[in-house]
Amino acid sequence: MTQLVWNGLFVGSFYALVALGYSMVYGIIKLLNFAHGDLYMLGAFSGFAVLSALGGVATAMTLPVLLAVLLMTMVSTGLAGVVLERVAYRPLRGAPRLSLLITAVGASFAIEYGMRIVAGPDPQVYPVRLSGTAIEVFGAWFTLQQLVLIGVAVVLMVGLNLLVTRTREGRAMRAIALDPRTSSLMGIDVNAVISRTFFIGSALAGAAGVMAGAYYGKIDFLMGFLIGLKAFTAAVIGGIGNISGTMLGGLVLGLLESFGTYWLGGEWRDVFAFGVLILFLTVRPTGLLGERVTERV
Amino acid sequence: MNETKAPEAPRKLGAKAPRTRLSKLFDNRWAGLAGLLIALLAPFVNASNYALSIMTSAAIFAMLASGLNIVVGYTGLLDLGYAAFFAVGAYTSGVLATRFDLPLLVTVPAVIVVTVIAGIIIGAPTLRLRSDYLAIVTLGFGEIIRITANNLPVTGGPSGIYGIPSLTDSPVTFYYVTVVIVAVAIIGASRLGRSRLGRAMRFVREDEDAAEATGVHTYRVKLAAYIAGAVWGGLAGVLFAGHLSAISPNSFTFLQSALVLMAVVLGGMGSVPGVVLGAIVISLLPELLRGVADYRYFVFGVLLIIVMLVRPQGLWPARSKEALK
Repeated sequence: MTQLVWNGLFVGSFYALVALGYSMVYGIIKLLNFAHGDLYMLGAFSGFAVLSALGGVATAMTLPVLLAVLLMTMVSTGLAGVVLERVAYRPLRGAPRLSLLITAVGASFAIEYGMRIVAGPDPQVYPVRLSGTAIEVFGAWFTLQQLVLIGVAVVLMVGLNLLVTRTREGRAMRAIALDPRTSSLMGIDVNAVISRTFFIGSALAGAAGVMAGAYYGKIDFLMGFLIGLKAFTAAVIGGIGNISGTMLGGLVLGLLESFGTYWLGGEWRDVFAFGVLILFLTVRPTGLLGERVTERV
Repeated sequence: MNETKAPEAPRKLGAKAPRTRLSKLFDNRWAGLAGLLIALLAPFVNASNYALSIMTSAAIFAMLASGLNIVVGYTGLLDLGYAAFFAVGAYTSGVLATRFDLPLLVTVPAVIVVTVIAGIIIGAPTLRLRSDYLAIVTLGFGEIIRITANNLPVTGGPSGIYGIPSLTDSPVTFYYVTVVIVAVAIIGASRLGRSRLGRAMRFVREDEDAAEATGVHTYRVKLAAYIAGAVWGGLAGVLFAGHLSAISPNSFTFLQSALVLMAVVLGGMGSVPGVVLGAIVISLLPELLRGVADYRYFVFGVLLIIVMLVRPQGLWPARSKEALK
């Protein structure tokens, strides 16, 4: 029981981290960045490239090195997100929503299969593996490394929350979410703020990618597809566009999946998750903490 | 091709293009007949089993694209899990045909019923929501169907169903039967687009609020489009099952849905001849370009972006009849 809760929270914190980028971008420019899951994959691979270039890493140094790689990856994935926005999304701002969604699908395809050309179709084994001895607390087994990963996720999420609620930059983001045209009249550089939003969202996805790679040990070019879907589910459960809601949604989805797997068996896990998504959209489309969104005319 | 270049890139989907000699030619009713003639004469050029198999697949793919066109092109709803309906049709007919020893044709009514139900189950809750939610929910639905087919004993699990009876004995007759069925389906989709319901669909695509305000029941129109798309996909699934005589969950991945979408977008959303052309290009291109197979999906992705940026109306754009008057 406690084990199920713990597993759920652990997986849920990954979902929350990826879902945050989704939710931020959606909250600000109402775009479902379909390629977001692929930025997660990109993060895992760029971490992989750096770690492979370093060669072997002493076991004692695993965590510090991994944290450094994490930072580098966040920068590179963030930049990739900025480029994506500049090339594929900005020219279409103001175009019908259908065109934007289709470009997003195209971008997702291009990133996935571009990576397949670069890295090959086979899964890669991560050079660093986070696996430690398990400790038992309240009947749940977990490792120190899991704790560290959750800690990193929490730090990133709290930092993001502070950024959005307490800083000038965050205020600009919220202003654009309300009304981009008026914001630009008030002297906000809308394009720059949207670029930075993409940077932050993509960097978080990249961080989650490295952490997943180091924890699960295997990465492949399609790894972002499913997590992108799950992240969207998490964002919808919590209330898309709402930061604390999204974090909550990630944890709730993790818990639901953990219990669903226990009751129904692992092969039904994804069916269960998407079933929950459809149920939520039917019963409470605004999510747990979301506000009522009306489609603008 | 770029006859219709306007000073500013048209932003609206299905925007009007100026009438030129080339577009008049494309608009000609003989274009469809010529396409059918080419399809019927093709086996006289090359009737090897391999060529027939590829041409049959291309025809089935064209039917899928014309079905998705009802949803994406006419009504402007992005469906990213279209392969789900394809799978529902193929599996329903496959299971019925192999379990109860029925000929494939007899399973068609059941397939229609099941795909309509599937369309309602997925469409009814989601079509009330924001249009972009629909995209992801249909994607999730596509995964649900595939994973379910993978897990259930009835559908044969990962290895799928085999030994499905074909509609006919020889590949040549099957090809002709397919061409005729697909042609009927394409004409049906085109007629649907010109009907009262089809006009309502386009109105919903262009401006949902205005449509609602003028008395169009937008939810019902969207659901009708969705169900029509589902039935087209399901019937294409029956042909698919008959063609390959074996189906497995691997045939119904997101990749399949994305390829159909690619055909619709590339050909021109809302334009029936464009979509058929797009489907044939997408399904035959890999056969011609064997050497660059690895780059194929990468190119498709980049192409999707470029089409949306440079020519959102597609290769062979739709022009509404109303605009000509």
